[in-house]
Amino acid sequence: MSEFVLEMRGVCKSFPGVKALDHAQLQLRPGTVHALMGENGAGKSTMMKCMFGIYSMDEGEIYINGEKADIKDPLDALGKGIAMVHQELQPIPARTIGENIYLGRYPLKKALGFFPIVDHKKMYEDAAEVLKKVRMEFDPHQKLGELSISQMQSVEIAKAVSANCRVLILDEPTSSLTQNEVEALFRIVEDLKKDGVAIVYISHKMDEILRISDEVTIMRDGQYIGTWAAKELTTDFIITKMVGRELTNLYPKRENVPGDVVFEVEDFTSINPKSFRHVSFNLRKGEILGVAGLVGAQRTELMEGIFGTRSHVSGKVSYQGKELRINRPKDAIDQGVAMLTEDRRASGIMGVLSVADNISVASLNQYVDYGIVLNSKKIDELVEVNRKKMNIKTPSGKTQIQSLSGGNQQKVLIGRWLANDPDVLILDEPTRGIDVGAKYEIYCIIADLAKAGKSVIMISSEMGELIGMSDRIMVMCDGRVTGFIDGKDANQENIMALATQFE
Amino acid sequence: MEKKENFFQKAWKYAKANPIVVMLVIVAIIVGITKKNFFSWSNFGNLMSNTAVRFLIALGVSGCLITKGTDLSAGRQVGLAACLAGILIQRGDYASRLTKLPQMNMFVVLLIVVALGAVIGMVNGLIITKLHVPPFIATLGTQTIVYGMCLVATDAQPIGGFQQGFVDLVNFKFGNTKSFHLPLLLFVALLFGLYFWFLYNKTRHGKYMYAIGGNEVAAEVSGVNTTKTLVLIYTTAGIMYSIAGWILAGKTGGASTSMGMGYELEAIASCTIGGVSTTGGIGTVPGVLVGVLVFELLKIVLQFLGVNPYYNYIVQGLVIVIAVALDLRKYLKKK
Repeated sequence: MSEFVLEMRGVCKSFPGVKALDHAQLQLRPGTVHALMGENGAGKSTMMKCMFGIYSMDEGEIYINGEKADIKDPLDALGKGIAMVHQELQPIPARTIGENIYLGRYPLKKALGFFPIVDHKKMYEDAAEVLKKVRMEFDPHQKLGELSISQMQSVEIAKAVSANCRVLILDEPTSSLTQNEVEALFRIVEDLKKDGVAIVYISHKMDEILRISDEVTIMRDGQYIGTWAAKELTTDFIITKMVGRELTNLYPKRENVPGDVVFEVEDFTSINPKSFRHVSFNLRKGEILGVAGLVGAQRTELMEGIFGTRSHVSGKVSYQGKELRINRPKDAIDQGVAMLTEDRRASGIMGVLSVADNISVASLNQYVDYGIVLNSKKIDELVEVNRKKMNIKTPSGKTQIQSLSGGNQQKVLIGRWLANDPDVLILDEPTRGIDVGAKYEIYCIIADLAKAGKSVIMISSEMGELIGMSDRIMVMCDGRVTGFIDGKDANQENIMALATQFE
Repeated sequence: MEKKENFFQKAWKYAKANPIVVMLVIVAIIVGITKKNFFSWSNFGNLMSNTAVRFLIALGVSGCLITKGTDLSAGRQVGLAACLAGILIQRGDYASRLTKLPQMNMFVVLLIVVALGAVIGMVNGLIITKLHVPPFIATLGTQTIVYGMCLVATDAQPIGGFQQGFVDLVNFKFGNTKSFHLPLLLFVALLFGLYFWFLYNKTRHGKYMYAIGGNEVAAEVSGVNTTKTLVLIYTTAGIMYSIAGWILAGKTGGASTSMGMGYELEAIASCTIGGVSTTGGIGTVPGVLVGVLVFELLKIVLQFLGVNPYYNYIVQGLVIVIAVALDLRKYLKKK
């Protein structure tokens, strides 16, 4: 018998254009909590998805109890004693707790001696049993949808327990829990530890990690950095290991000079109590304000609130002292605010439409003759001007946008917004999923915009990009603004410290 | 810059993208060679005027399809408009007249049915945008309601005895019926085709329609008033069905509650054959015209082949399934 219940060695996994895992490794001892840490995109989730059989590894081996194992898919993983509670739960709210726990592996009995049907009695008895194990006193006949998020999470854990798992993966389990709920979760984790289960715990919350884990493995850029006993570690040490890379000159020289404060947000609070609250900040003319934070810091939600795609209950947005009334995106656009959305495919491009249609859709009012007829010459001109200015590589304006590369799609979308000549430009992860060369071009575009006097807000999860491009960085954590750092003084450590300032 | 292609390259590209159209045209040519009277002016005239009416309905539903919606109430709206027009256009001296109103001018009647169609279409649009009922279900509901309205209005009686002027106008043909002639309806259809082409390609409304079909969230974020655009699309559709219903009554010389039944499915099928994508954002007016033309051609071919009419439905159904399957295959290949 090996001392490890599960071991992953030399794991490599590539996606088109990205090496997500580069000879990563992980060793889990039974009856311990093993924290897996790293920045966004360090490869933690990819690693877990390889372990759970959602992704297949390009290279590498998995050993279970010292024996080489091949995990084909999640059902196979469950059969081998590996269970995963996902970052975003995927329950079926309209069905009962019991059915959710035994989904896909319902206990069967034979009706009339031969016809297999679901044995509901056994299912609910067993469900009641495992619920007790995770300290949940619920009737398994209750609909899952009636539970709170943390309770649903406990049901997910119960599901893992019912499969007699030896390894349990918890991917950011506390990101949407209150403090009391976190305590309840920790009690369950302790129970499972006593039963000899190895728990992989993914979280950004430093204090939680140091409190609950026995060992910590740190990853960076898909690579294994090291494993340490948790008692030997300090927060500073972990952050240094997580982010410690040298920055080379990846960013253009910026020549913008921030002027007077023009855009102000005061006490902005979401309709959703778990989202952004009491956010205040301002923006100068010609300034680039970076917005930093971990996944779940509600940065996108805040910007969508300002732009009118989400509702807010209180707060004020003003431009040059004049209050802006924004209830939907059109209001924002009419008042000089533009927003490049985070998910290019879901809310940016209209895939089957042409480059020309995509670039002109937000500014069609400008190309109308006689009050009704669209002037296609003016639209072609818009395409040409942007194509030259931003070096958009497209065979013609009639080409479907979905056939362009991510970087060129992004340039078209930036062109869409610039056509309206906005005063304030919100860019949400402007370089996500774009290759390095195109990234530099987009940085140049952003720098030029600021130089031309536009005020830019840039959300980014890439530390280097924030430090390299921002005049000032606003850091958010858990829906609150936890501080501002001047671009010149910013480093990964002081940003990380503010970004993990949980209440 | 795009490469210039010659006519044959273009034709080959089109044939590859639209195999079902090519297949049906070939079948029609073979039937034409083997069967007498297929290539005749009267057959041509019939095809033209049948196509014209169906084209108007398909134009109406095309906007719904391009925005990833659908309109199942189309056929019953045609039926209601035909019956209502029929009741109001009956001769003042007709014995079994259904209304006590004085005899009405047929164009006033047209305005009345168009207004009703606009209201029904608008209701469809509002149910979809304001109540967020999926278009399939919303229009399934109104389909049934509209049919009920039609039964109430007519008491399920067939309607005849129209003013002669109305029947003559709708069936008017330029030229000699025995030899070369063009039905008036052909020009009506072309006029509406031009109008829709302009609407889809040269106006903000058209661009917004394609944008919603391409990605509704992105359209909303780009400042498109999606509610207004969608309501307008369904309202326009209702108007088109009403015009088609009014014409259909005159063309047939009578109206009954079963009129228009299943037309929505034929219109949707025609649009799909003509390249309107079921996944949204794609579709052109010439494409819709080709689709309708091909579908009507199919019907005439089956009739000339002497196929038992009961089999027609089976063949038409197969064509619909194959057309949609081919359309999806095009889309899947790109992924």
